[in-house]
Amino acid sequence: MDFKDNPKQASFRKNCREWLEKNAKLKIGVEKNEFANIDFLQAAKDWQKKKYDAGWAMLHWPKEYGGIAASAIERIIWSEEESKFDVPRGIFEIGLGMCGPVMMEYASEEQKARYLPPMAEGKEIWCQLFSEPSAGSDVAGLRSKAVQDGDNWIINGQKVWTSGAHFSDYGILVVRHDPSLAKHKGMTFFFIDMKSPGIDIKPIKQITGGSSFNEVYFNDVVVPDSQRLGEIGDGWKVAITTLMNERLAVGDANGADVEEAFRWAKNQDDIGEPLINNRSVRSSIADWYCEANGLKNTKLRTMSALSKGETPGPEASITKIVSANKLQDIGNFGMDSLDMSGMLKTDNAEIQSFQNAWLGAPGLRIAGGTDEILKNIIAERVLGLPQDARADKGLPYKDIPTGNS
Amino acid sequence: MNLDFSDDQKFLQSEAKKFLAKENSIKRCRSVLDKSESIDSELWQKIVELGWTGIRIPEEFNGLGLGHLELCVIAEELGRFLAPVPFSSSVYLFTETIIKYASEDLKKDILPKLVSGEIVGTLAVTEDFLAPSSSNITTEVSNNKIIGKKIAVPDGGIATHSIIVCKSSGGVDLRLIDHSDEGVTISSQEIVDDSRGHFCIELDSTPSMLVGDENNGWEQYESIINQAAVLFSFEQVGGSQATLDMAVEYAKERYAFGKPIGSFQGIKHKLADMYVAITLAKSNSYYAAWALSSDSSDLPVAAATARVSSTKAFQLCSKENIQTHGGNGFTWEYDCHLFYKRSKLLSLNIGSLSNWKEKLVSNLEKSNIN
Repeated sequence: MDFKDNPKQASFRKNCREWLEKNAKLKIGVEKNEFANIDFLQAAKDWQKKKYDAGWAMLHWPKEYGGIAASAIERIIWSEEESKFDVPRGIFEIGLGMCGPVMMEYASEEQKARYLPPMAEGKEIWCQLFSEPSAGSDVAGLRSKAVQDGDNWIINGQKVWTSGAHFSDYGILVVRHDPSLAKHKGMTFFFIDMKSPGIDIKPIKQITGGSSFNEVYFNDVVVPDSQRLGEIGDGWKVAITTLMNERLAVGDANGADVEEAFRWAKNQDDIGEPLINNRSVRSSIADWYCEANGLKNTKLRTMSALSKGETPGPEASITKIVSANKLQDIGNFGMDSLDMSGMLKTDNAEIQSFQNAWLGAPGLRIAGGTDEILKNIIAERVLGLPQDARADKGLPYKDIPTGNS
Repeated sequence: MNLDFSDDQKFLQSEAKKFLAKENSIKRCRSVLDKSESIDSELWQKIVELGWTGIRIPEEFNGLGLGHLELCVIAEELGRFLAPVPFSSSVYLFTETIIKYASEDLKKDILPKLVSGEIVGTLAVTEDFLAPSSSNITTEVSNNKIIGKKIAVPDGGIATHSIIVCKSSGGVDLRLIDHSDEGVTISSQEIVDDSRGHFCIELDSTPSMLVGDENNGWEQYESIINQAAVLFSFEQVGGSQATLDMAVEYAKERYAFGKPIGSFQGIKHKLADMYVAITLAKSNSYYAAWALSSDSSDLPVAAATARVSSTKAFQLCSKENIQTHGGNGFTWEYDCHLFYKRSKLLSLNIGSLSNWKEKLVSNLEKSNIN
């Protein structure tokens, strides 16, 4: 056991570090989430372009699409080093993490050459259009329709929870082309131009007050058949490829962690004594420290496997369940420690980070697979337990019972 | 980056697993429990013959001369199979104390006998129905003779020797006693997990030998306990994994309402929670194994982190394994209770969960992570 890079990894890390030091500033203090801010968007695009020009944008992609065909471990090294710098992140994850891989696997050679490099460069932003008002955890229950019309398809319906739709140029879309087929058989997958006539985007106001998600309405939107990814009826299979990539992309919940809670507890007063002297606070800090380090060390085990050229085990599947719940608890702790004043908005960045954690965590426990769905996945795919008997199995989609919504 | 065991260490682990499965270690545990014996002597003898008691003992003293990492993989398997042997007392506590603090002469005398099985050791600290501390130890040494009483000493009745944590002229000493010496009275105590005997040791002017520095015994004890916490964590991870495997197996086979109970989300989510707890505990134990084997200054924090995670994991897994088995899980016949009881024993030996949480946070304060 050791924590050293091998010589090749060490020299790669040194190169990353040198370039980052020349082109960005080291991070200090609490990170701000300015996802929806237009200046932030431009800054994110500028940073992505800078990386692209220097070859750091999409390390593992093939050279012809703007990558350097780097190994998985090199990708992790880059991301470890980049995360130490104060650079705008969070805009391109869906495009590069989910849309890119699906285009790589299913698009034609000309389409790949046309779309992948601008995606890597940050010039064109992509979003993912899967969830619908009546299809959340049960994504395959989606209703939006595609009807074939010569060389085109006509799309009608509604998508929801679409992150970044309002600033995206393209999107990947799964829709139902035949409701008389069984649920998982009647779907087809496309990529679309988000500026197409008939697309209407409305931001959703979240419990945080911010709007990073949207509702997206389709009214007779025309999509050429050449933009179909996979065969007609293969929509679910293609969507699953994307969701597998989503689980890799959606990991650690960013925000206040045990270090912040610990620092706060040492400085906050608790009836004349430092809060850290409170026995129940100490117990919670111990629990969060064990969870935070359990995740960190799990990541190191995954890296060790990659570093030896082995396939990592399923350990990483616990990341979001543990980190989103921990974030919610820590946010709650920070506000609780302020007693009545914990409700007040303030300029204090530490207090803000607890309030943001508390307000944002419920979303993280749902996005990219709810806690419940992720536990089902662990139970079925990792532990090998049987699927629950399903009421919709084998029924034509149109005959499946639905509620009022 | 390599937070994993080597191929040789993994081979050792798989051999240990095969051995303990072939020896029906869990059945032996049940038999020790049923007959109210203290250990399975035959299994212990075989373990001695395999050389496991000398894993960390240098070759010059007839040991295998291997490291802590080899001990970690063995510990995981002993935990998985509930081995009813005094391994933790004799190896993690007694042998490690001798290796770390004894004089060369004493090592030369004792270590080969630990390898051969002639000596079995334990460590005695508790005196009353509360957690021991440097200030509440009353067993006292004067002129090398010890007077006092220790209770809940694991494996004390099988051991030939003990390290006694006792009050000295200016602090606390660690002292070696031979159970065949004068003034030693050992009696068996009834305990909740009868598969691992606990004993009362009464000392009346028993001769003793200082191990380590005089008056500095509590610090040395804490250091040994930090090391042992890593090894206990591996036993707890092994036990947790065994209970999850049992629960998964049962949930696939047991039918209710016309389908396997493992298809119900109430059961699925319970078993997924167990998997999450085990993964955190295992990863923290791996890191602590590294800290132990490399003598890192991070050991006190790493050991407490592993210990807290593993205690929580084994407690969760062993109780939810009973729940998954329903009424069967509450019977003497099913093995669930063996793991439930062992999880409690392992979580209290070397100190409770709340005490380890406290140790973790006070070590964080000392290391000042911010």
